[in-house]
Amino acid sequence: MTFLRRAVGAIAVAVSLWAAAPAEAQAPTRTFRWAWQGDIASMDPYARRETFTLAFLNHVYEGLVRYNERLEIEPALAVSWEIVEPTRWRFRLRQGVRFHNGAPFTADDVVFSYERAAAPNAIFRGNISPVRGVEKVDDHTVDLLLYDPNPILLRGLTDWGIMNRAWAVANGADRPVEPTRGHDSYAALNANGTGPFMLRSREVDVRTVLVRNPNWWDRPQHNIDEVVFRPIGSAATRVAAMLAGELELMFPVPLQDIARLQAAPRIRILQEPELRVIFFAFDVTRDELPDSNVRGRNPLKDLRVRQAIYHAIDIEAIRRVVMRGASVPVGTLMAREINGYDASFDRRLPYDQAAARRLLGEAGFPQGFEIGLDCPNDRYVNDEQICAAVVGMLARVGIRVNLSAVPGSQWIAKLNARQSSFYMLGWAGLPVVDAHHFLSNLYMTPDGRFGGNNYGGYSSARVDELTRAIGSELNQQRRQQMITEAFQIVQNDVATVPLHRQPLAWAVREGVRAPQAADNVLRIWTVRMD
Amino acid sequence: MSALAAVRARVAAAWASDIAWSFRQSRVTMAAALVTLLLVGGAVLAPWIAPTDPFDPAQVDLMNAEIPPLWSAEGDARFVLGTDVQGRDMLSAILYGGRISIAVGAAAVAFAMLLGVTLGLVSGYLGGRVDAAIMRIADVQLSFPSILVALLVHGILRGLLPASSREALSVYVLIIAIGLADWVQFARTVRSRTLVERDREYVQAARIIGRGPAAIMRAHILPNVMSPVLVIACISLATAILTEASLSFLGVGVPATQPSLGTLIRIGNNYLFSGQWWMTVFPSITLAVLVLAVNILGDWLRDALNPLLR
Amino acid sequence: MIAYVLRRLIQSMLVMLTVAFVAFSLFSFVGDPVANMAGEDASQRDRDQLRRDLGLADPFPLRFVRFVGGVLQGEFGFSYRNLQPVARLIVDRLPATVELAVSATALALLVGVPMGVYCGLNRSSALAQAIQAVSLVGISLPTFVTGILLILTFSVGLGWLPPFGRGDTVRIGWWQTGLLSVSGIKSLLLPSVTLAMFQMALVMRLVRSEMMEVLRKDFIKFARARGLTSRAVNFGHALRNTLVPVITITGLQFGSAVAFAIVTETVFQWPGLGLLFVQAVAYVDIPVMATYLVLISFFFVVINLVVDLLYYAIDPRLRDGGPGGTGKGR
Repeated sequence: MTFLRRAVGAIAVAVSLWAAAPAEAQAPTRTFRWAWQGDIASMDPYARRETFTLAFLNHVYEGLVRYNERLEIEPALAVSWEIVEPTRWRFRLRQGVRFHNGAPFTADDVVFSYERAAAPNAIFRGNISPVRGVEKVDDHTVDLLLYDPNPILLRGLTDWGIMNRAWAVANGADRPVEPTRGHDSYAALNANGTGPFMLRSREVDVRTVLVRNPNWWDRPQHNIDEVVFRPIGSAATRVAAMLAGELELMFPVPLQDIARLQAAPRIRILQEPELRVIFFAFDVTRDELPDSNVRGRNPLKDLRVRQAIYHAIDIEAIRRVVMRGASVPVGTLMAREINGYDASFDRRLPYDQAAARRLLGEAGFPQGFEIGLDCPNDRYVNDEQICAAVVGMLARVGIRVNLSAVPGSQWIAKLNARQSSFYMLGWAGLPVVDAHHFLSNLYMTPDGRFGGNNYGGYSSARVDELTRAIGSELNQQRRQQMITEAFQIVQNDVATVPLHRQPLAWAVREGVRAPQAADNVLRIWTVRMD
Repeated sequence: MSALAAVRARVAAAWASDIAWSFRQSRVTMAAALVTLLLVGGAVLAPWIAPTDPFDPAQVDLMNAEIPPLWSAEGDARFVLGTDVQGRDMLSAILYGGRISIAVGAAAVAFAMLLGVTLGLVSGYLGGRVDAAIMRIADVQLSFPSILVALLVHGILRGLLPASSREALSVYVLIIAIGLADWVQFARTVRSRTLVERDREYVQAARIIGRGPAAIMRAHILPNVMSPVLVIACISLATAILTEASLSFLGVGVPATQPSLGTLIRIGNNYLFSGQWWMTVFPSITLAVLVLAVNILGDWLRDALNPLLR
Repeated sequence: MIAYVLRRLIQSMLVMLTVAFVAFSLFSFVGDPVANMAGEDASQRDRDQLRRDLGLADPFPLRFVRFVGGVLQGEFGFSYRNLQPVARLIVDRLPATVELAVSATALALLVGVPMGVYCGLNRSSALAQAIQAVSLVGISLPTFVTGILLILTFSVGLGWLPPFGRGDTVRIGWWQTGLLSVSGIKSLLLPSVTLAMFQMALVMRLVRSEMMEVLRKDFIKFARARGLTSRAVNFGHALRNTLVPVITITGLQFGSAVAFAIVTETVFQWPGLGLLFVQAVAYVDIPVMATYLVLISFFFVVINLVVDLLYYAIDPRLRDGGPGGTGKGR
């Protein structure tokens, strides 16, 4: 009998608890559902260097410093820093911060995170390559040792999320994910950071759910309780889901659907030029191009031919028609927000078909010539259409272009193999957002370490020399002079033909306030909704 | 004069034949034949009848982009069916696109037919190990859906080509890929017919007078197995055109600078929500009508050539 | 019987090895996974390092042997794209595709077979002609057009059904099913109708012609002559004899439903194997692509084996001649 009574009692308690639970949950849960075109690669912050994955993980893992929406550096897990020696920076760490599992954040975690992120198989290690090592000074102070003086160190640290040493070791995740050696890391599906949101569940390619971190060290600007992220690859489906009211926010919005979404009730479009500049570049090393009808010489080595191509491009028409008025034509690869930008080299060669024809004639091609152009068809905003439009424009000055517009993975493979004569590329300079990133990757002579994206092999001894100096010059004024000189050289050489900053468009449900930054990163800790 | 009369007599005789009779019986078939003729004619004559050449970049003006069809408020008399995002005339693009779709479909079926009929004849006539080997391959391939086979073959062929000639040869790659995915039906049918014909008296007679196997297959057996082959070819044509469209939709078809109907639909689909419906609706209708007409003709041909069904 | 099954099994192994080889050789060309993985601003040195780490720098035969060796031990490697074991990804996605393909095939059969029988029996009635015409339209419309039109009508226009995804799923063991929730069922409707459309028309046409063929056979004439009711003749004799082709159709239809799911899943963002494959192709995720193709071929080999064995059971005539897959291939 006692057993029965006890059982009944237990059931009664259970029922009352069950009945009470919904009442408690009646405080409205604000769920922020959003979609992007792909999924994050992993929950492991050191498994990738891809902007989207790192930006997403930034909600869970935080760095020593972070960007605000104006892309300025502000303190995060470090409260202050000083340069002790040119190659030794001292960071004072924030006290009283706790990881999501309750563990306190200390200098040991920073040291551990460096070792894990700089491991030979951590793909992320390129992002902290200026750092030689991290030394613990006391429980809340660390020193970062650098190879060389580095004026842009803090910018590189923004997406280096700090992990908890004890948690990683306890779960056997003290090394980053190694896809090749069959090391299936715990950290790939689980997370323990200090950030404003905690990981609740993750279904790869389907949905990832985050919940508010009630113990976040910062005063939250957001009022979100739950974040549901769903990758939707097909643009049409993404638009349909937004229209059907299944999402609070989604991007990228195809330019042609902006009007439709704006016309829909309760949907707004946020639009701003992205940092990324789209441009063309040339193979200037080969003596003969495989996809040209010109034998015995490479027409693109001739400055006049490159100038002619530049002159032939009607950037206004591209802006108005292909980009539906949403792009911003530019004269340099650096957006205005990038550190080192100067209006003096942001000048386009004018659209001038006659000049283009004259220059081609002077270069010995009065009848023009034939050439191939390599473009992606799924990487940049309207990439394929831009290329097709340029093919038409070049045809009018006599240059017959055979366009190859293929999926990004095939296009980049051809570029990497140095097999392209004439190609489209886009560059945003993330994460450092500094001129050096452009010069060292796109304009320096390729040598294995630098010039990794200079697929056409442009080479200038002076630019190489300036870039090296810019990389370690701490005096802002001298540094700016060198940046300006280097960019003027590549400008005069027509090493690249810049087109425009591509537009970034987000669709948001009415009543959602989502600050948009030029790096196309959604920072949900700044989002508010009704 | 007499030659003309002879031609006239032959036409009259053909018109009076059984097949023509069944053709005249069905209005639907006649309509389908007319539609097919119109579409194929339009495709063949595209360079002469299309208002512009959409494949010539110098003739395309970006300023003409996204003009709706003639009968809407902002229509333009130069572009009856409107223009696409590049400013290409849709009517011209559809004519040229249909040309590519039909050419790829027809060439793929011709390739499949050549391969299938040859292998079927050899397999049926020679029998033994050759037969077993060919039919095993056919069995295996038949168990894979044609779109998957085409996808695989397409990937391999593209990979074998040097990067610089991939675009130029992509149409041929597509033809071979779809053709290789489609030969089995021909081979199986021809083989079973050949097995029957092989032991007929006239074939034995030919063998006795010393004709070689190749000559016997070509001169004696082939003509007798052709009618089912024609039926299969007709139905395969419809499938091949659809396979091409599906491959183009998945992005592995012809380059977008020379779009087929499938590519036009894929590109147009991106503009369906934004109100530029004509970019996808017209190519879709053209494709559906073309495939429908060919299917109806195939149906009719099958019924007409099958005496049992009459 | 046992010898037959054994022979078929060995044959199947050869098929799968061929597919593995073909699939694997494909991947030397589809693109460069390293560029996607290392980040766009990685130095040449880092890219080369990663290429070596992934074993992509090794000669082709070595890589192939390594892949087959792994597969034989049940090791499919790790996805480049989302760093998960491929086996786990496949297991996660399999239920979505199976549920989609099964419901599409079921729909195609439930609608297609009765319509086919009706059209076969009443060849010249107006309704039969109408069904016949509609079925032609069904096989003439490409799947992707149908899908987009359905989304436009039922999700955006009417707002009745979700335009993408699987809705809420319930986990039963390792199987994630969408069939036990309202949103799951609603999500299933559009994609399965899209996928079934083509199959339905095909099934209907095959059953119709099969029915017409059988009705002309002598045993039907005898049955009629014996004075059996036409109902008994049609359903007792005729339909039973069309069963063999219908089984073949079911097998082949299910197979092609799985294959055509590639297109449907892309349109509806259905998280199944087809979408996984398309995403893998875009990312040059070699281990996932290779495993998908090997798995699919395994799938087809099994389906065919089952179909052949069913034949064997149903049609006594095949037992003497020894089945060699005859009768298939419509």
